Amino acid sequence: MILMPPPDQAVLARRAQIVADLRQIVPGDGVIDTEHERRAFECDGLTAYRQLPMVVVLPSTTAQIVGVLRYCTEHNVKVVPRGAGTSLSGGALPLEDGVLLGLGKFKRILEIDTANRCVVVQPGVTNLGITHAVQGLGLYYAPDPSSQIACTIGGNVAENSGGVHCLKYGLTTNNVIGIEMVTMDGEILRLGGKHFDSGGLDLLGVMVGSEGLLGVVTEVTVRVLPTPPGARALMIGFSTVEGSADCVAEIIAAGIIPGGMEIMDRLAVEAAEAFVHAGYPLEAAALLIVELDGVAVEVDHLVALVEEIAQRHGATSCRASQSEAERLLFWAGRKAAFPAVGRLSPDYYCMDGTIPRRRIGYVLARMTQMEQVYGLRVANVFHAGDGNLHPLILYNANIPGELERAEEFGNDILRLCVEVGGVLTGEHGVGIEKRDLMGTMFNETDLGQQQRLKCAFDPASLLNPGKVFPQLCNCAELGRVHVHGGQTRFPELPRF
Amino acid sequence: MPSLTPQNAAEAAEIIAQAAAENQPLEIIAGASKRALGRPVASDDILDISALRGIISYEPAELVLSVHAATPMSEVEAALSEHQQMLAFEPPDWRGLLGGGGEPTLGGVVACNQSGPRRVRAGAARDYFLGFSAINGQGESWKAGGKVVKNVTGYDMSKLQAGAFGTLSVLTEITLKVMPKPQTAATILLPGLAGEVAIALLSQALNTPYEISGVAHLPAAVARRSGVAPVAQGGAVTALRLEGHAPSVAFRVEATEALLGRGERLDAAQSAQFWREVGEVSPLLPGPGRVIWRLCPTPSAAPEVLRGINGAFASAEAYYDWGGGLIWLSLEAEQAGPDAGAAVVRGAMARAGGHATLVAAPAAVRAAVPVFAPLPAPLEALARRVKQSFDPRGILNPGRIQEGH
Repeated sequence: MILMPPPDQAVLARRAQIVADLRQIVPGDGVIDTEHERRAFECDGLTAYRQLPMVVVLPSTTAQIVGVLRYCTEHNVKVVPRGAGTSLSGGALPLEDGVLLGLGKFKRILEIDTANRCVVVQPGVTNLGITHAVQGLGLYYAPDPSSQIACTIGGNVAENSGGVHCLKYGLTTNNVIGIEMVTMDGEILRLGGKHFDSGGLDLLGVMVGSEGLLGVVTEVTVRVLPTPPGARALMIGFSTVEGSADCVAEIIAAGIIPGGMEIMDRLAVEAAEAFVHAGYPLEAAALLIVELDGVAVEVDHLVALVEEIAQRHGATSCRASQSEAERLLFWAGRKAAFPAVGRLSPDYYCMDGTIPRRRIGYVLARMTQMEQVYGLRVANVFHAGDGNLHPLILYNANIPGELERAEEFGNDILRLCVEVGGVLTGEHGVGIEKRDLMGTMFNETDLGQQQRLKCAFDPASLLNPGKVFPQLCNCAELGRVHVHGGQTRFPELPRF
Repeated sequence: MPSLTPQNAAEAAEIIAQAAAENQPLEIIAGASKRALGRPVASDDILDISALRGIISYEPAELVLSVHAATPMSEVEAALSEHQQMLAFEPPDWRGLLGGGGEPTLGGVVACNQSGPRRVRAGAARDYFLGFSAINGQGESWKAGGKVVKNVTGYDMSKLQAGAFGTLSVLTEITLKVMPKPQTAATILLPGLAGEVAIALLSQALNTPYEISGVAHLPAAVARRSGVAPVAQGGAVTALRLEGHAPSVAFRVEATEALLGRGERLDAAQSAQFWREVGEVSPLLPGPGRVIWRLCPTPSAAPEVLRGINGAFASAEAYYDWGGGLIWLSLEAEQAGPDAGAAVVRGAMARAGGHATLVAAPAAVRAAVPVFAPLPAPLEALARRVKQSFDPRGILNPGRIQEGH
């Protein structure tokens, strides 16, 4: 189990006063303090962990956010920002002694600027809402996390969300060009804009993916891209997972970067097929879906190349979509993989490590061994182009001890990812879920440097503490100048 | 000037730790080709990491390359070419622009976040920077990111190091995402357009699904200096590049011309030479006595920015890359005055949004004029705190970006 920092009793003792003060800053129904209503905010997409927040604040203006953060800084109150609450890593898990700051009222699309191919939105606009706003103009917003119908762009910025099209079109960080944010001490900063690159330090780059630990994002400018005129998908079966991974390597080595490339293992294929009847090859040990997008000439040319590569790599079946309906059918099973697996088991736990793709055979073999050890089954779906695995561990939370066993299994999988040269999380974030595993990837110096950066933004560690880092940050301690190479020669001189 | 030349990262860390203990600032160099970029560093000592070179690992099928930071670009490009791969952000060689010679290294390219014409479509150096090992200003070796193409574990420190000009840490190992080299390329040249017409047209081009990967406009006087004959024929030139698999390029060239007008076409070799010139700023390099600015405005506002500058300086010469998102501007130093034209340039930029950097100017000018766009006070204060979080004694390239840190 993951422990959160012990609550500040002094803050809890002042709760009534804090609620009253916050009502002065955010009038009307923007401050929620009844237990019944706070309950709706007690968890995010990592539902195994729940915590009632001290109070929920739903501001509707940036000025109110400034007011709330200033107040919380002055009164030493912690703040957890939250978008739609779809995080799979517990990034928006509330704190017992903290304000849960919901950005749900920031729902406006502020500007659509086709000349500069960008859209300016408030952080509570959903990912898909951006595409809906511009699709009539032949444009779309590329990153497409599977929660895109619900997740907000503010949350995407915090988590640097990905999706199935990352290899070709990048993650959130490659598609966000500007933000307005408020620091914990209530300062409004604008980073980036409609222009290219940063004129100095790329603070925007480090804000994206900072999991709500560095600032509260109040406006986002995203790059939108012309919608590809067409796309076709191939559904390719293999008798081994290694065969499918080799095929992916060969496609990339041939100079082809598909719009999407997904592998599902036998259990995932069986579950998906039973659920949506997409015509998946049930005899295959692995199913590879490759999508090629662009102008028709290019798509048809590349489909032929990929078919040829697939045959050379011993594909047991290979079908290319002949219509848009068929392409969507090929995807239907993949997109429904999580709920489909959910039908096999009362609960499942979704992991998110990334590995060098060439190690996939070894990693899956080790996972099979672990299934024996833990007595739990795993279905695998993964973003094959970039080696991002989503093992789904099947368990039953009603059986005592099974959740803990699933978590330990998941941790072992992530340790394995790091062991083979990969990373703990490809797109879901560290949050609380992988927090205590950070030490498998980073040593104390690495983490110390990250935490000193946090201190530059939030010296009192009030913003989303307890997430990402296994130990709370003490900025005074971290800020001490360490002298390794020798003695300070002139200790009386002022430093800096 | 004493030069410290560590043979490996551990020695570099020791030197930095010692320098930190003595509050001794260091100027960090590898190939030393970009020493004249940014403000002159306030340091008597040079830390020369050029021995930290060589490819550590390269997995073409994983699209991942790891090198020691001072690996020369020529070595990187040769290795990638063998597998028909490339750095998609097309880093330009600025030795002609900066005039100092030296050997460009991948570490230098990343530290300066240097991107070329394809940046408009493919992203910048920072977008391909997956992870690194580095030494902070206390002499601590640390690492961040990873060696896989998709990773969100911890803060994205790579973004912060790219474009930090060595002021936060000394990069020792870097891992980049690489991409397949396009099978072929073609460039369409549309002749005789006025700047604002060209920028509107390039914006329209970028909104088509034809994946245009180079969008520049050169006024007549600048185009004439190109070494590519069809570009240098006399008039203004608006150029659009299309790259990819051959059948696709053929189709997209036709489709683009059908939409925007027919023009002369450059073949793959001419196209490569032309875009190299655009990236290297060679059409603006007539010799001494001039200063060169790099402006990144909101693209659609670029013509207005340039109108303002042209109105103030008769000597101004400029061209657009990135569909207006990048303006290269050359001014006669004498006419530009002691601030190198900063007041006029930044005044024109203030209305457009974006930033302007004084790239080529004598050291004394770069010491006196803010080279990088001045920041609003709260942002400047945050940038200082960030610098201190990596380099509390202020010994790594002090003053390179801003005076005093």
